[in-house]
Amino acid sequence: MTLPLALSQNTVNLVYAAAAILLILGIKRLSSPATARSGNLVAAAGMALAVGITLFSPGLDRYWLIAAGIAFGSVIGFASARMVRMTAIPQMVALFNGVGGGAAALIAAAEFHRLAPEPGGLAGDILAGIMFSALIGSISFSGSLVAFAKLQELLPGRPLTFPAQQVFNGLLFAATLAAAVAAAAAEEQVWMVALLVGALVFGVMLVLPIGGADMPVVISFLNAFTGLAAASTGFVLDNVALIIGGTLVGASGTLLTVLMGRAMNRSLANVLFGAFGAAPSGGGAGGAATADGQMVREITAEDAAVMLAYASQVMVVPGYGLAVAQAQHATRELADLLEARGVRVKYAIHPVAGRMPGHMNVLLAEASVPYPQLMDMEDANPELGRTDVALVVGANDVTNPAARSNPESPLYGMPILDVDSAANVIVLKRSMSPGFAGIDNELYSNPKTAMLFGDAKASVERLVAGVKAV
Amino acid sequence: MNAELIFSLTIFALAVFLGFELIARVPTLLHTPLMSGTNAIHGIVLVGAMLVAGTADSTLEQVLAFVAIVFGTVNVVGGFLVTDRMLDMFRRRPDRPDRADRAE
Repeated sequence: MTLPLALSQNTVNLVYAAAAILLILGIKRLSSPATARSGNLVAAAGMALAVGITLFSPGLDRYWLIAAGIAFGSVIGFASARMVRMTAIPQMVALFNGVGGGAAALIAAAEFHRLAPEPGGLAGDILAGIMFSALIGSISFSGSLVAFAKLQELLPGRPLTFPAQQVFNGLLFAATLAAAVAAAAAEEQVWMVALLVGALVFGVMLVLPIGGADMPVVISFLNAFTGLAAASTGFVLDNVALIIGGTLVGASGTLLTVLMGRAMNRSLANVLFGAFGAAPSGGGAGGAATADGQMVREITAEDAAVMLAYASQVMVVPGYGLAVAQAQHATRELADLLEARGVRVKYAIHPVAGRMPGHMNVLLAEASVPYPQLMDMEDANPELGRTDVALVVGANDVTNPAARSNPESPLYGMPILDVDSAANVIVLKRSMSPGFAGIDNELYSNPKTAMLFGDAKASVERLVAGVKAV
Repeated sequence: MNAELIFSLTIFALAVFLGFELIARVPTLLHTPLMSGTNAIHGIVLVGAMLVAGTADSTLEQVLAFVAIVFGTVNVVGGFLVTDRMLDMFRRRPDRPDRADRAE
C-alpha cells in the first residue's frame, strides 16, 4: 500500500530544510534562560514536521507497521516522561538516549540485511555508514543502560573493576572493529551480528568502571555518540534531515561534554579511562584519612537550629541527598525563616552537584528559590570564608577536601566547594556511608564539622521546627 | 566519490560548526535542560526508522524496523516532554500560590 498523495523527493527535502531550521532555532533558544522553554517547543515542532513529511516520502510502504510503532512508542515515552520524579530525570535522560542509539544500530542492521545479499552491491560510503551507526549506536545503547542502572542504583555507583580491565577492553574494541571490517568486506550477516554483540558488550565494559560522580559527563558523551550514530544513518539512507539533526547533537553534545569535564578539571580521556578505576574502596587498608575517619561529632537538630538562627551568613550546599529526599521545599522554608530573622542565606551550587550539571538549579527553581541567592562555585568559595555556618544538605564528593590536598585520592584535582573555610559546618547526611564515588570524606572528621544524621527532608524539617522554637 | 556524498559531507561539516557555535555561551543553569533537549533532537533517527520500515522486505527487517520506530518515538516523545517539565519549573518562579502557602 502506498499513500496516493506521495510527494516528490524534492518537496520532501524542502520541508526537511524547514524542519532543520526549526531544530537549529530550537537549540539556539534552549541555550538562553528566557527563551529555553519556547526553544524546546520550536525544536519539537521541527521534529513533528520532519516525521510528518516522511510519511509522504516517495516509495514509503507498510504504514500499519509505522503507525503501530509510533503509537506504541508514544505511549511509553509519554507515560515515562509524565510519571518520572524530577530527581530521577538524569537516569531518564540516559534511558531516552540509549533507545535513540539502539534505533540507529537497528536501522544499520536492517539496512545491512536488506542490501547485503548481493556482494559488491553496496557502495563503500553506505557500508562505512552502516558499520559506524551499528558500532556507535550499540555502544551508546548498552552504555546508557548501564548509566541508567547505576543512577537508579540497580548497580553499585562505585567503579566496578577487575584485573587487566583496560587490556580486556582494548582487545574487545579491536575485535569489534575487526568484525566491522570483516562485515564490510565479506558482506555476511554473521559478521554484522559479531559487530553488534561486540559493541554492546564494549558499551557495558566502558561504563562499568566509571564512578558515579562522573556519570553526568558519561551521559553527555553518550548523548553526542547517539547524535553521531543518527547522522551516520543519514549517510546510509541519503537523508538530509538525519544528517543535520544528528550532527547538531553530535557537535553540541561534544562541546557540552567538554564544558562539564572542564568544570571538574578532568579531560574526557581521564574520565573514561582514568583515575576512578583505581579508586581504593571505602574501608580499605588504613591511610591517614581513614584512621581519623571514625571520629565524627554528632549534633542534635535543636543545637544546629540555634547555630543557624544566630549566624549572620549561612551558605546552603545542596547535593544529591537533597534531590533524593525531595528536601528542596523544606530547605526553602528554612531559608525563609532564617532570612526573616535577618540571616543572609545563599546557596553554593557546585557545577556537578547532584547527578547532572544544573540538577540543583532545576530542583531549587522548583521550590521557587530566588535565582540571585544561587552562587556558582567561583563566587561561592570566597564567600564561604565569610560564612558562619555552611549547611551541607546531602552533598558529599563536591565538598571533599581530599580533592585539594591528597594526590592519592581519585578526586584529586577536581575543583570543590571549600566548605571547610566556613567557621562552622553542619552536614546533613543519611549515614556514614561514602558518597556516590565510593570515597571517604575527611570533611566529616574536621573539628569544625558537626553531623546531623537522617533523611535530608526530615532533618531539614526538624531544623525548621528548631528555628521556630528559638 | 559521487555528488550526493560530497553534498552530504558538506552539510555534515557545516552542521558540526553550527552545533558548536549554537551552545558556546550556555550558562551552567541550562546544562541539564540543554542536554535533555538535544537528547530529544537525536530522536530524528525515527525518520530513518520509518524509511527503513517502508522498504523492509523480510520479516526480520520488519521486526528490526518496528523496534527501531518504537525506540525512536520513545526518544522523541519522552525527550521533549521531560525537557518541557524541567523548563516549566524555571518559568513558574514569581507567582505560585500553592508553593508560597507551604513556604510561609
